[in-house]
Amino acid sequence: MKAFTYERARTPAEAASAAARIPGAKFIAGGTNLLDLMKLQIETPTHLIDVNGLALDKVEPTAEGGLRIGALVRNTDLAANRRVRRDYGLLTRALVAGASPQLRNKATTAGNLLQRTRCPYFYDTAQPCNKRMPGSGCAALGGLSRQHAVVGASEACIAVHPSDMAVAMRALDAMVETVNLDGKKRHIPIADFHRLPGDTPHIETNLAKGELITGVTLPKPVGGMHIYHKVRDRASYAFALVSVAAIIQKDGTGRVALGGVAPKPWRVEAAEEQMSKGAKAVTVELLAGAHPTQANAFKLPLVERTLGAVMAEARA
Amino acid sequence: MLFDKPATTNPIDQLKVVGQPTDRIDGKYKTTGTAPYAYERHDAVPDPAYGYILGAAIAKGRIKSIDLKDAQHAPGVIAIVTAENAGKLGKGAHNTAKLLGGPEVDHYHQAIAVVVAESFEEARDAAHLIRVDYAREKGAFDLAAGMEKAVKPEATPVSGPPDTSIGDFQGAFDAAPVKLDQKYTTPDQGHAMMEPHASLAKWDGDKVTIWTSSQMVAWGHADIAATLGIPKENVRLMSPYIGGGFGGKLFLRADAVMAALGAKAANRPVKVALPRPLVFNNTTHRPATIQRIRIGAGRDGKITAIGHESWSGNLPGGEPETAVGQTRLLYAGANRMTAMRVAMLDLPEGNAMRAPGEAPGLMALEIAMDEMAAKLGMDPIEFRIVNDTQVDPEKPDRPFSQRRLTECLRLGATHFGWDKRNATPGQVRDGRWLLGMGMAAAFRNNLLVKSGARVRLDGQGIITVETDMTDIGTGSYTIIAQTAAEMMGVPLDRVRVRLGDSAFPVSAGSGGQFGANNSTSGVYAACVKLREAVAQKLGFNSGDAAFADGAVHAGNRSAPLAQAAADGELQGEDSIQYGDLAKKFQQSTFGAHFIEVAVDSATAEIRVRRMLAVCAAGRVLNPKSARSQVIGAMTMGVGGALMEDLAIDRRLGFFVNHDLASYEVPVHADIPHLEVIFLDEIDPISSPMKAKGIGELGLCGVAAAVANAVYNATGVRVRDYPVTLDKLLAQMPQEA
Repeated sequence: MKAFTYERARTPAEAASAAARIPGAKFIAGGTNLLDLMKLQIETPTHLIDVNGLALDKVEPTAEGGLRIGALVRNTDLAANRRVRRDYGLLTRALVAGASPQLRNKATTAGNLLQRTRCPYFYDTAQPCNKRMPGSGCAALGGLSRQHAVVGASEACIAVHPSDMAVAMRALDAMVETVNLDGKKRHIPIADFHRLPGDTPHIETNLAKGELITGVTLPKPVGGMHIYHKVRDRASYAFALVSVAAIIQKDGTGRVALGGVAPKPWRVEAAEEQMSKGAKAVTVELLAGAHPTQANAFKLPLVERTLGAVMAEARA
Repeated sequence: MLFDKPATTNPIDQLKVVGQPTDRIDGKYKTTGTAPYAYERHDAVPDPAYGYILGAAIAKGRIKSIDLKDAQHAPGVIAIVTAENAGKLGKGAHNTAKLLGGPEVDHYHQAIAVVVAESFEEARDAAHLIRVDYAREKGAFDLAAGMEKAVKPEATPVSGPPDTSIGDFQGAFDAAPVKLDQKYTTPDQGHAMMEPHASLAKWDGDKVTIWTSSQMVAWGHADIAATLGIPKENVRLMSPYIGGGFGGKLFLRADAVMAALGAKAANRPVKVALPRPLVFNNTTHRPATIQRIRIGAGRDGKITAIGHESWSGNLPGGEPETAVGQTRLLYAGANRMTAMRVAMLDLPEGNAMRAPGEAPGLMALEIAMDEMAAKLGMDPIEFRIVNDTQVDPEKPDRPFSQRRLTECLRLGATHFGWDKRNATPGQVRDGRWLLGMGMAAAFRNNLLVKSGARVRLDGQGIITVETDMTDIGTGSYTIIAQTAAEMMGVPLDRVRVRLGDSAFPVSAGSGGQFGANNSTSGVYAACVKLREAVAQKLGFNSGDAAFADGAVHAGNRSAPLAQAAADGELQGEDSIQYGDLAKKFQQSTFGAHFIEVAVDSATAEIRVRRMLAVCAAGRVLNPKSARSQVIGAMTMGVGGALMEDLAIDRRLGFFVNHDLASYEVPVHADIPHLEVIFLDEIDPISSPMKAKGIGELGLCGVAAAVANAVYNATGVRVRDYPVTLDKLLAQMPQEA
């Protein structure tokens, strides 16, 4: 771990301003991912801006009938929130499928969106990784890739985004609320929040320098059956091989987002028009252009079968 | 004490203390965080410096240059040791690769430097500033590719002969009406113990004291002396508490060597723990195997030919994984062969992990037996019983000392509800889950190792046992205390046990499930000596004296035990040594594992629902700690079956998933229900304790039982561990 300086921010704008001003600055909230990465010198911030005191820890109704989730709401509290459980069950189910109770007690809503990939080459500083060290190459291509992306990846990076929560938020059409150094607010649709790797896998979101997430807004509830099905080798405390977040209405229409298959929560709205034709038809559109490795080609049939099970569960 | 005749009645048979389900006497220290582990000996060394090991970033090649300048000038740095300035180092008898690499690099994450600094963070930071220029060389990292050039290993006392042949295997196999010829693979596995390797070293002139985490104090003691090139008398090595080992701490490792070298260079005590990402490639692992099994049988199910071949890899000078050993002993059959070959690989050193040999061997053999049973149309339990043997199948004049495999199988079947198993796969459902049952025989040899102890009696009547035996979470402290209490006729709270110190008599140590039986037998021998000294002191004929209730009794005379030490402490020291009973009798432990699994019909996710082990392993010294050993082993078996896999990057030559997030072992949710039954057995041929090993038996066969249950649930046969959903998907029934 490199030596770093530390400050406690008093307002979101002040935090954003400090982050924009100080080279190598980073925000820290729960720290469940950042501290590990700092110990391994994968992240080497020179300055930490602690945002835990910013009073962004409330879940409140919006005027539009939706819900505003403060950036600092802990995963445990969000999952247990009565409104979330009643109207956005998908989110609760995704949250409790992730990490462990101890981690969920610390991890925040914004931090979860910003967590880095679990690609083992990203985690080994002796190995090339374009995400960690731009231009050094991708060791996962041609290496160990069972967990990696089958769609949306590039020649530069095949890492997956590890979040469960973000997959549910993608299906729920969440908006990420931010503030910049001038104190100006912005709303970014979750679909546009994470970037695909292309040639710049080290740039993972569309946040501007210093821009701070202050909350996530969920639109008015859409009803339907909320199912989050996470597939993994062990029963708990493992990242998804594949996950399916689905909201399915009585008439069979609905929304589907996938985790574990792409560098970002994966949703293709056009695929949802195929819902009445069954899991295969939806999967074909969802995973159009998929480019799996030999080791992760199983994810394609696995998505279809998992989605099939989810649709069957919704019918039952 | 030479043990060369079967044990007769002795004080242990009273079972007033031995055989009772006593709580672990170290349990309260561990659960309250007061058991001091090597890295936390603040009591002994209040202000150590911190060492951080730099591991090689290549798998094979040479260090062209190593630039320490920036690291040396980093804040807090006291010293940096590399092969260039470490002086001449030897190599321990139990090490294959050097523990300090350079200029040659033998494997990934081989230690090439240790940075000593005032704080852990400073040492770690400085280690990142060392610039190493490597000349990479092409290495061999693929066992399958290395099979053809694999060589016949030397026979050793542990591994046995590389080849065995009895009767006419080929002829009998060719002639058999029912036969199987299959290939099975098991992956490299990591010990993944909770406490990483850690050591604290303190020099006092030319003498060094090392607090470490070692299963085998005497091996570590001798090997650190040999590595540092100093006399053994100048080293004291202590390992009283160990946070798990599973074979990964049998040997001297880089933490101890680098702590000693760092402390010498810094002229100050230094402690070193391996960071988790270094543990997997820096230390040893269970090597992968490729196994071929051929079984021929008559239509009556009697095996006429059985052959087992195994290939594993290792660094030059390394030994094979002895995966064929159990096949020489487990089932009858007049015509038999086994063979082991070892391929030279440039991966980290392969070595023992819990039940070396039998664990991966049974992973293959017990699937093969399930497959044969299916071919024969026999119940897999009946197939095993038909081929049971009471004698060593290679040497029929050599009986097993005890062999109650059939009883384990039958009792387990009844208890588990085996009769409810549908022999046709893929038939039983619970909602979206496909259910299946599987079983396997458990087998692990009982190893006899010389083991010593010293037992002292003081004027307060307190018994103190001293031996370099270790407690790796197994319960050694407790069963040794129970043994001494039984022998000396005192309650458990009058016994103190001091373990894991090279200043104490050399014991068997902890490994190969030989620790419990041998170390308590050594304590038994020492107690016999102390009883003689006490009797003599009190004027009793030692043969007549009975030790009970804190007193010594003979005829109508009695005297308090403490009285014998009234004018000075008494002690007895001895070791147990074994005659040729192990030659005349085959000594092994037996059991049966039963598993029920559920397989998600859509995703092919596999979840174990319940497990049962029935074990016949001699006298159970403490049913509570023995059960803990077996359920821990069963849990490990589920890991081996379903998830554990050190994934090799075959281009770069290392285990890529080198942390506990990516090297998965079972979590609580994976293990919903476990049950263990011990047969009431004593084995007087094994030792005066009449006990045998049990800690590894609980692992042997579990993975195959899981794989067989998955087959029963789905009809998909996976012969390539771990059994993961991607290996099932293509053959899973299509869902509606």
